[in-house]
Amino acid sequence: MSAYRRAMPSTWWLRNRAYFLFMVRELTSVPIAVYLILLLLMVRKLAAGQEAYEAYLRFLATPGMVAFHLLALAAALFHAATWINITPKVLVVRVGEHRVPPALVAGVNYAAWIVVSLLIAWIVMRG
Amino acid sequence: MTRSREPLWWLLFAAGGTVAAFLVPIHIALSGIAAPAGLLQETFAYDRMRALVSHPVSRFYLFVLIALPLFHWAHRFRFTLIDLGVHSARRLIAVLCYGTAVAGALATVAVLLTL
Amino acid sequence: MPQPTITLNIFRYRPEQDQEPGFQTYEVPYRRDWVVLDAINYIKDTLDGSLSYRWSCRMGICGSCGMMINGVPKLSCATFLKEYYPAPVRVEPLANFPVERDLVIVLDDFMQKLTSIKPWIIPKEAKLLSAGEYRQTPAELARYKQFSMCINCMLCYAACPVYGLEPRFLGPAAIALAQRYNLDSRDQGRSQRQEVLATEEGIWDCTLVGECTTVCPAHVDPAGAIQQAKLATALDWVKGVLMPWGKR
Repeated sequence: MSAYRRAMPSTWWLRNRAYFLFMVRELTSVPIAVYLILLLLMVRKLAAGQEAYEAYLRFLATPGMVAFHLLALAAALFHAATWINITPKVLVVRVGEHRVPPALVAGVNYAAWIVVSLLIAWIVMRG
Repeated sequence: MTRSREPLWWLLFAAGGTVAAFLVPIHIALSGIAAPAGLLQETFAYDRMRALVSHPVSRFYLFVLIALPLFHWAHRFRFTLIDLGVHSARRLIAVLCYGTAVAGALATVAVLLTL
Repeated sequence: MPQPTITLNIFRYRPEQDQEPGFQTYEVPYRRDWVVLDAINYIKDTLDGSLSYRWSCRMGICGSCGMMINGVPKLSCATFLKEYYPAPVRVEPLANFPVERDLVIVLDDFMQKLTSIKPWIIPKEAKLLSAGEYRQTPAELARYKQFSMCINCMLCYAACPVYGLEPRFLGPAAIALAQRYNLDSRDQGRSQRQEVLATEEGIWDCTLVGECTTVCPAHVDPAGAIQQAKLATALDWVKGVLMPWGKR
């Protein structure tokens, strides 16, 4: 057939803002995973003893590690926001023929996020 | 069905994504920024942290916190590679991604048992 | 006062004479109430009768006139020139489809996919006319109504990078249409549709880019339909694992 097929470049995600933000969202899983490995290492250092743990804290205070954690925090926050914003699409809540407004579902989740974060901070600092 | 195990990976992805969304930001703020910065020095003192983390509930919590988002990463990264145009070796990529997550989960269990 | 004009750069491909496609530039009178389709019709009527394109209702309901306008999938009858004036407007055929000629795409793949999900009511038992009509409450209607609004314009397929990368992907409109029937209280055909939906090229290829929902002119939210289908399929799978004796 004489139909013309246009190629899709592997840089398609640079074509517009929505595609780019999608790729950023997908890539947030990488710094999050790396952070969790660093957290696991911290637990391992705790098991190893005081010296090991404190040396690890000093390592985490180096500029490279601080920069990484700031990046990871930004990634985690972007992931959290995009995840919560998508939740109303996946979990449709209906009351009779009416649908609970998506903004309300997302709002409740944001509130829960704040409560959970504060609770964990409280447990770590006081528990 | 061409891929009858896909729901398993998707459920792990969804669970891991939820854990990552709700729990990871505050933990980064605490262990990744506050602790090394020397803020809340009493909180992050060795004896206190060791005791907090060794509690059975803490250990289960840490397993969930660490292992589930690893499966979230595995599933998402697998599809990111596909979206970036890696068409060949789809099966190998899936095995490597989920395999890494499984290894990570096992390593987590191993470390938590040493506490 | 001279008549203001606007420039349209239109994708041309005439297989009988062109090896490669190209662009042709036209100067068209600019009217504030004109849409891109008006400009294209002006070109066809007065400047260049060789331009080929699809259109019909010119009011956003038939789904025929989908095109890429400045790189965004839109209905040309619903896109005003004033949004772009005085800058030129680039018009191309819908992305991710083969081009037959000029702005006309080959839509066989889309048609085949729509049909493959069995877009009709599949009742458990056939009902005689004498048994009367199906009754449905407003709440039952509300469950699927949004997904029934699709006008088959294919903008979602043009917006979906997964479809662009993997032509075997079932795609947003087909999956949303399947959900429309799966959620209809008169239908019991979900397990039949799962054979097409719950596959690698079905719902599982979707990575929730979400652009399908953004470009949809009928507010169908196909991205939502696909995620709901994933959740329902995953829960089915869990039930199947925990209770393998149950029938589907």
